[in-house]
Amino acid sequence: MSQVQYQLTVAGENALMLYFDQRIDPAISALVQQACALIKAELAEDVIDILPSYASVLVIFNPFSTDLYRVQTQLQHCLAQLQSGDSHSGKLVELPVYYSAESGPDLALIAQTKNISIDEVIKRHQAISYRVYAIGFAPGFAYLGEVDPLLQMPRLATPRAKVPRGAVAIADRQTAVYPAPSPGGWNLIGLCPTRMFDPQAEPAMPVAVGDEVRFVAIDKAEFIRLGGELPEAELTGAKP
Amino acid sequence: MSGFSVIAPGVLSLLQDSGRFGQGALGLTTGGPMDVPSAAWANRLLGNDTNATLIECSVGGLQLRADSPSYIAVTGAILPVSINGKAVEQWTVHQVQAGDVIELGMVSKGLRTYLAVAGGFNIAPQFGSTATVLREGIGGLNGNKLQAGDTLSAQAVNKLQRQRLPARYRPQFNQTLTLRLIEGYQAGSFSATELQRFYLNSYKVTPQADRMGYKLKGAAIQCRQTQLLSEGICYGAVQIPPDGQPIVLLNDRQTLGGYPKIGSVLSLDCALLAQAGAGTEVYFTPISPEQAHNALCLAKVRTDAITSQLVKL
Repeated sequence: MSQVQYQLTVAGENALMLYFDQRIDPAISALVQQACALIKAELAEDVIDILPSYASVLVIFNPFSTDLYRVQTQLQHCLAQLQSGDSHSGKLVELPVYYSAESGPDLALIAQTKNISIDEVIKRHQAISYRVYAIGFAPGFAYLGEVDPLLQMPRLATPRAKVPRGAVAIADRQTAVYPAPSPGGWNLIGLCPTRMFDPQAEPAMPVAVGDEVRFVAIDKAEFIRLGGELPEAELTGAKP
Repeated sequence: MSGFSVIAPGVLSLLQDSGRFGQGALGLTTGGPMDVPSAAWANRLLGNDTNATLIECSVGGLQLRADSPSYIAVTGAILPVSINGKAVEQWTVHQVQAGDVIELGMVSKGLRTYLAVAGGFNIAPQFGSTATVLREGIGGLNGNKLQAGDTLSAQAVNKLQRQRLPARYRPQFNQTLTLRLIEGYQAGSFSATELQRFYLNSYKVTPQADRMGYKLKGAAIQCRQTQLLSEGICYGAVQIPPDGQPIVLLNDRQTLGGYPKIGSVLSLDCALLAQAGAGTEVYFTPISPEQAHNALCLAKVRTDAITSQLVKL
């Protein structure tokens, strides 16, 4: 077992950043997950919030019950238990996707840009399982990586004013399902009927950081049966 | 039902408790009052828990009708307050009877006013908090801002010690602000020259200033690091996007972001910034984490001391 390298940096009056090697890598993500579990278990009394991401954890503490140096020392102590190697403690979640021209208005653009067929785009998007690297930007927005290099697409030059809930999208080597209607610049390839964020549900999200996600193609009838709704034409169509 | 009815919501009125914590992993931001000390005073004057739900009214114009007897206190930005058309003082507990109309005028200094009622508003928490975050549609009444016709449940209170915060202890909303900044995050990726430029020049609050963050305009700051993996953003973080113009991220900030950050503004000063309108001149000055901790603890000690010296009416 090798010593895990990390760096602790001040972020604010009651906030410390824990940085691992700054790259998108399942092994790093596994460390982030382990660190969150350790911090929750050992610093619960003083920690108000924990924000994990690709290769970092932001730790917010109560400045009236502890201080930076105490938290730093406790973190160093508990992080000594970190073990390198990709431990897969996350669960596997299957998300159904209705891939089509009407549900994924950018499928044709990707196929054209990459000089492959639309079917090939759909096949490749389902071919691998993705890791949930981070959740943020909006409630329930899970950053999944990494997509097949052939499907790598830059963000749209002009973001759409409104992306529908459930839109399955690609940007660079990341993919995601929009949890709620919002503006967005990612390339849309399909619609997922699963609610990615439901304040009424327990848990509110079907996935957590560290989980694995696999996309499975469904047809329109199945999409509707699973509660999916096709947005009005103006939402999926080209920008006005 | 005992409580209050909204006659007019004014420019922007939101139900807030002290904020939503511990839900960052779901991507939920904290929300909560933009001027925490002023909001806490409204509750403290009424003997409420400082986490009690109150109304943050930005710019003014809120009109409420009491549907049962209660007590109220209005703090924060300076504006005219009246009960049944009769002017009453801010930072002071007032009794209201069923049918009384409470009216807030428009702010003359500061931006955000806090109206608290005895016992706080009874609002069902979502994810552990009643804080309204419009962008998320979470908190308050169905995730919405207050609207005419809304009813806000609150207990009927017939007897309470009225008290007032002496004027000398009320916050001043100055034209020029000096924001204390704890260097952190990617501070090491800014050259000494860029840091000097950042601290020596003044910035102005732009109209792009809301509950998410305050965009400032002034000397552009360059960071050696332009792109980084998205990472957690804390309250007060100062983000430097490619145009070099700082953005101070506040209550409704997004939880993750990929722009470099130079550090974070002390929370006590974030509260003052949140009361500043467009055009306000702002300076940054660096402080150590120890100085920040001292400032927070001193502010708390001072607040506790003042609480024991409130003027009883």
